[in-house]
Formats: sequence, structure tokens, C-alpha cells
Amino acid sequence: MDTMEKGRMLERLGFSSDDDLFSDVPNDVRTELNIGKGMSEMDAVHKIERMLSKNVTVRDMPCFMGMGAYSHYIPAAVDHITGISEFYTSYTPYQPEMSQGMLQALFEYQSVVCELTGMDAANSSMYDCSTALGEAARMCGRISKGKVFLIPGALSSERYAVLNNYLTGTGIRISTYGFDKDTGSLIPDDISSAVRRGDVCGIYTEIPNLFGCLDKNVASIKPLIGNVPLVMGVNPLCMSIVRSPGDMGADIAIGEGQPLGTRMGFGSPLLGMFACRQEHIRKMPGRIIGMTNDSDGNRAFCMTLQTREQHIRRSSATSNICTNEALTAVAAAVHVVTLGAEGMISVAKKNMERARTLMSLLSKVKGVEIVFKNTHFNEFPIRLSKDVATVNRELLKRGVMGGVPLKGHVRGMDDCMLIATTEMHSDDDHKRLVNGLREVL
Amino acid sequence: MFKQSRSPVRVITDAPEADVGSTDVPDELKRKSLSLPDIPESEAVRHYTRLASMNFGVDNGPYPLGSCTMKYNPKYADRIASLPSATDIHPYQDDSTVQGTLEMMYDMERKLASISGMDAVTLQPAAGAHGEFTAMLMVRAYHRSNGEERDEVIVPDSAHGTNPASAAMAGYKVIEIPSASDGSVDTDALKAAVSKRTAAFMLTNPNTLGIFDKNIKEIAKAVHNAGALMYYDGANLNAIMGISSPGKMNFDIVHFNIHKTFAAPHGGGGPGSGPVGVKKKLIPFLPSPIIKKADGKFVLEYDNKESIGKVRAFHGNINVVLRGYAYILRMGSEGLKDATVRAVLNSNYLKELLKDGYDIPYGDLKKHEFVASASRLKKEKGIKASDVAKRMIDFGIHPPTVYFPMLVDEALMFEPTEDCSKDELDRMAEALNDIAKEDRETVLRAPRNSSVSRVDETKAAKDMIFSTRYLRRRQ
Repeated sequence: MDTMEKGRMLERLGFSSDDDLFSDVPNDVRTELNIGKGMSEMDAVHKIERMLSKNVTVRDMPCFMGMGAYSHYIPAAVDHITGISEFYTSYTPYQPEMSQGMLQALFEYQSVVCELTGMDAANSSMYDCSTALGEAARMCGRISKGKVFLIPGALSSERYAVLNNYLTGTGIRISTYGFDKDTGSLIPDDISSAVRRGDVCGIYTEIPNLFGCLDKNVASIKPLIGNVPLVMGVNPLCMSIVRSPGDMGADIAIGEGQPLGTRMGFGSPLLGMFACRQEHIRKMPGRIIGMTNDSDGNRAFCMTLQTREQHIRRSSATSNICTNEALTAVAAAVHVVTLGAEGMISVAKKNMERARTLMSLLSKVKGVEIVFKNTHFNEFPIRLSKDVATVNRELLKRGVMGGVPLKGHVRGMDDCMLIATTEMHSDDDHKRLVNGLREVL
Repeated sequence: MFKQSRSPVRVITDAPEADVGSTDVPDELKRKSLSLPDIPESEAVRHYTRLASMNFGVDNGPYPLGSCTMKYNPKYADRIASLPSATDIHPYQDDSTVQGTLEMMYDMERKLASISGMDAVTLQPAAGAHGEFTAMLMVRAYHRSNGEERDEVIVPDSAHGTNPASAAMAGYKVIEIPSASDGSVDTDALKAAVSKRTAAFMLTNPNTLGIFDKNIKEIAKAVHNAGALMYYDGANLNAIMGISSPGKMNFDIVHFNIHKTFAAPHGGGGPGSGPVGVKKKLIPFLPSPIIKKADGKFVLEYDNKESIGKVRAFHGNINVVLRGYAYILRMGSEGLKDATVRAVLNSNYLKELLKDGYDIPYGDLKKHEFVASASRLKKEKGIKASDVAKRMIDFGIHPPTVYFPMLVDEALMFEPTEDCSKDELDRMAEALNDIAKEDRETVLRAPRNSSVSRVDETKAAKDMIFSTRYLRRRQ
């Protein structure tokens, strides 16, 4: 810092030293920092590079984990565009005249989400799918009077735990419906009988479900539930070839947007997609970008319906959310735009092909059982003849990171792991998993 | 003065329907058509580059948004955050394969705890408001473990909107107390409001007027005497690092904004990161998992019986945490204190220069931010705070936060941060004082140099067009 400059500024204030700036801080709350000396840029960069080099990445070793975070190829254009400083060093677009670029990019993100989910309106993002689920359940409580939120019996424990916390203080209870032991598909009767019992404020279902199944029963829920709000959670990557939630009668669509444009990053950042039908728009949480005009009649964009939000409505806001995942949302939109309709369809098909191929290879391995007879997107559970944690440890020694153990996520499936495979896996990667399991089992 | 181009950019998501073709999806679930843009990559890149030119970031110029701490985002942090060793790891990988990231997280937790005077930290919350919500869940768990159901949270009327919203979301009844005439907490009103029903008092110190509350120890005592907890909103932490700490002020729980205080970029509204620090008595309730160090190895421990569980999938916005970690390493104790001193100096200096054209109520010594009022301009010429803000755009300066806090009429809330030179502050003040002298018509016509003129926000709320899909259906 320029000490001369600082001196002149202090002088303008009539101060003689820095201490005068803090004369209002009483001595009994004074303290000093004790986090060590600073370092040069080079030393800081090298220290962290060395530290992180202890990580084993999914490029070092094939990894078959998914369950909410997936490795996909991200076009270089996505990194380039999200790295433009006009985007990434800007704040939430409170001043629309100075933020038209971000506002239009986010409007286009909302448009992409609406197209993929078949909804009319989307917000410009939530933190992740789990918090989007929590917010969706709370929104159901605003739409309908019931006090039971119905969810799949097979749900990631992360999503369950977050949902549970988001329902604190709402009086809404969680109840579950089951899945078929042979197909992994939801049991429609469970849903209709729960609805008949009454008091249901909303129903949540996923496509693909936790097991990666493209469950056809999802398409038959709407006729069973009357006016009860239906929330569908999606993987946006398969939405280019799968019927949209809107088309299947959903009121709210959510999703984990990470597969579009964002690396796994130890689960960070994620992207909570959130969309709904137009009639529910005022009950929706989060920032919303709307299309309008400027005073010269030219098309323009701005944040809108802010009277739902914390900075206006305070304790009566639909949500406390302020900072969201804007840049991650832009990354998702750029990813979709870069791939185009054709590219999106082709990558979705490729993922299905990878899953089909790997399932077929694994079905021939002794000690491995493909758990469900169903169509899978890019994930499927296998049952193992040996302890899952032990198998994963042994695979790691052989240079393969196995699937996510279902223990702790789905009751009665402690002997199963969930295998995810995407366009990033070569035949050779598949072979390494198959050979590894042959050796271990 | 700066100038942006004024030709509207086509909305590329307004694309024709295309057939999906054949897939292996079951018939009941088969999608028939899809309407996404199919444009060459060159066109896509040009599109977004043009959009970027219609946007303004910290790298473009001063961005003195109050309570947003828009400091410069150092480029070394970008480099580190994009290392494949940081980005290409799955959150469920075996602990032995993510030792680097776990070490960074472990060290960051300790550094944040040290900076704030807390005993432990969770990195899980994804943003400041998310940290507040997490903290309120922990407050509930804490009181419950003592066999108490407390149902009220108290906030001053100067609090950030997220405070009452987060408390309400966690199921608390929010009691708002008025500020004293000097803008600080009205200790009598607080003492009258606290009771056996009070779960916590949420406060930021300095507050949103930029005033450091000297009575903080007395406030903490009154709250603690009632058995309630003191919550520190860390949005204003940039004002006190190396001078004071929430721990020293007897707060029990605090959230940080890595994307404010620790220089991670805002990304146009996220991703952020809102870690929460706590005193010892609240440690059992931290979200799961907890990072432990055993025999030189870092492990994630999930089996924490009293934990509130999870507030977000996986471990938090670790990529943002990593940027903050790089910043803290680079700065060290001395660098962070220097940043605070300079931020407070800049704020007071700018305030001093603005006295020509604006009233600056609530005392003279400010911390990292201050609130000016355009009420004189409104009375004399019919120029409102929002008009001043729009006119600033023509000078290439991002406007301050407007109409907050509500205590100040026609509020213009400035936080220049440490990353403004004297020259930049001089020019900012000159522009603002000039605006105060301008005639009404010039100011009300602003902005003229931006990509659009004044945006009709009322029409946006009335038309409710939030996607090209809806627009197409409506036409």
C-alpha cells in the first residue's frame, strides 16, 4: 500500500494514525490475528498445488461413482465463457442497466431449464438438488394444505437429510412409498393409497430414480393423485430424450444441474434447478429473471417478483436464499447451447449405451448380480457376493474406484453398490472394472 | 465516461422444435421433440462475448455495493480453483484418495476459527443465508439438548433481510427490535424483548449503517443471561479482521462469506460459500461429516449422533472455499489486517468527500461501509436515491446498494472495500457530488451510456415472462 497516499487520506479525515479509525472499538473486544505470515503469490500457489497433488483424480484412475455428482466432458467453450471477468466478477444483477449480459444469460438458462423440464417458469438457481427438494416441499406446503410430503423409499441419504432439515418448523412430515424389488420401479398403489388416506401436500419422484432406472411408472402417477402437487426431480442430461416432467403432469420440476457444465470438484459447485407451472410462480423461491422493456421500448431483462424475497419480505419471504449458483447456471446453459439439440440427444444416448454395455459385461462376472430388470440411464446397482466396502478397497489397490455403496441410502441393500458410467469411460475403463471385480470376487 | 453498445442481442434459446428420433427409452417415457438451439460454436461464443460486454464486474471498475464486499478477485485463486487435482474428484472417493482436499479443508476450518475466535467450523453451507439457516438449526438442536424449546429469534431492524428470513425458515418467530437514536442496538428494547422464549439474537457488528456497537459486551450479557445464544452475521467481517473478532465480542456462532471477505468472485450471484463457526458448546451439533486428523491422515467422520445432519449434498462449495484458502494463505495475519484498515479508511474517506452533496446520518466514524441519504435532493429537486444510482452508471461506477437499511430515508449504502485507490475514490466522489448539482432532467434521463436505458421493472412483474418456452406458448 502506498503510505503517502494513506497519509493524505488520514489527514483529510483529521486523523493521525490507523488507530483513529477504530477508536470506537472498546479495548475489551480488541484482538489480533494469529494465522501466520502471508506468502508470495508463487509460494502460495506452489504450496496448494503440492497439497492437492496428493489427490487421486478420476483421470488418474477410472471411477464409477455417481449418485448426484457425475463426470462428463465439458466443452472448452464453457470454461472460456464462464471465465470472462464481466460475468464472473459481477454481483447479483440488482442494477439491470449495468447487468444486461448476466440477466440475459440467466434468462436463457431459465429457458433451457423450462424446455428440458416442460415448465413455464424457472428460477435462476438454487444451491443444489437437495436444497431444491427442500424448497419444493416447502412450496408444496404453500400450494396445498396437507402435512405429509411423500417421497421414494429409495432416495439418496443426502437428499433425505437435507429435505428433513428444510421441513423444520413447517409441521410437514415425510412419508415414503416403495419400489418393486425386481424392477426398481415405484409402486403406484403405494402412492394412491397414501393419497386416499389424505393429508398429502406433495409427492416427489425422480427420473432417473436413485437406481438410475428410467421408470415408466413415473408417467402414470398424475392420474392417481388428483390435485396433489407433483414434484419431479431429473437429471437434465437425459431430458433431451425422456418426456419432460411438465408433459407428465408435474407441478414443480427440480434437478441436479451439475452434469451440465460443471466438474465434480468434490461435489462443488452443484446447481439446483427449479421450475414450475405459471400458476404457482408467486409461491416459487429464489431469484427470477423476467423479460421486459427499457424506457426506449427496447427489449431488456431484470430480476422480478422480488416481493417474494428476503430483502423485501424479510421474515415472510418464500425463502431466505440470496446468493445462489448463478455462474454455474450460466455454465449449464452454455453447455447445452454448445452441444445443441443434436449434441444433447447424442450424449444422452451415449450414456445409455455405456450403461447397457457395462451391465452386459458385469452380468457375466461371477459374484456380481444385476439387481433390476429395467432400462437404465447411466447408473445401475449391482449386488456383490462379498462385502461392498472390502471390494471397493481391493479395487482401489488394482487402480479402479468402484461404485457408491448403497448402505446407508437404501434399507436392505447393504450388499449392493451403485455403478455410474458416462461418455467419459472408454471400453478399456470398463474392462478394468470387470477384471478387477473378477479378481476380487 | 464509459459506453456500452445499444443493439439488443437475440435470445438464442428461442429455437425451433426438432424431432428426437429413435432411442432405447421405454415408450411411456419417450420424448418426441426438443427445442434447443443448434448453432455453430463460433456463434455461441460470439453471443456470450457480446452479452459479457453488456455486463459490469469488479474487473471493470469500482463496485461499491454496501454489504456485498465487492473486492478484487485475485487471479492466482482462479488458477488454483481450476486445477484438475481440485476439480476432477468425486465427493464419495475413498479418504485416502482425497488427502489433499481434506487437508485444505481441515486447515481452512482452523484458519477461519482462528480469525473469528471460534472453536470449530463447518464448510458445508453454500452461501451466507444458507449459513444463517444452518446456524439456526444448530441453535434449535442446542436448546433441545438442554431440554428447552425456545421459539423466538430477535433481530434489530437494521439487520440484513436474510437474518429474519433464515430464522423464520428454521421455524422461529422473529421479533424485530428498533434501533437506538444513534443507530446501535437499543439495549433497553433488547432487554425488554429477551426472555426464556428467546433462542438467539442475530446481529452484525459493525451493523449495516457501518457503526461499531460499543455496547456489544453488555448486549451479549443480556442475551446470555436469558439463556439465549449470540449469532454473528459475518457479512461485515471485512471491517474488523485483526481489530476484533466475534469470539472476543462473546458471540457463540458466526457465518462467513468466502465470496465477500475472502475475495472469491460473486459469479453474478453465486456460487458462494457460507461456512459457520461455533464455540465449543455447539460443536456436537455441527453438520455431518466432520473432518478429523488421525496419525497424520485426514478422515471424514459421519457418525455424529447429535449433529443436525446435512444442509446440502456432499461437503459444501469446496471450490469456492479453496479460493478463499489461497487468499488467506497469501495475505496472512498482517495482510488481512491491512485489508481491514484500508477498507475502513476508504469508507471513511469517501464518506468525508460526499458530505458536500449528501447527508450522512448516524455519527461520523464509520467502519467498512456507510449510508448516505439523497433525501435533500428528493426534497429540493425530486431526485431520488435510485435516480442517483442510475446516473452513476453513466460515469462507469457501479451504484451502491439502495433503499437499505430502511432506517435511512433515500439510502445509498457504500462499501468501497480496500481495493479502491485514492484516485478512484476521488473520482467516485466527484461524480456523485456533480450528480447532486445536476438538474433533474439530466439525472432522470440516466442512464444513457449503458446497453439499455432505464428498465421497466413494473412491466416485468406484470408480464411474467420467464422463459422463451412460455413466451412462445403465449403468442
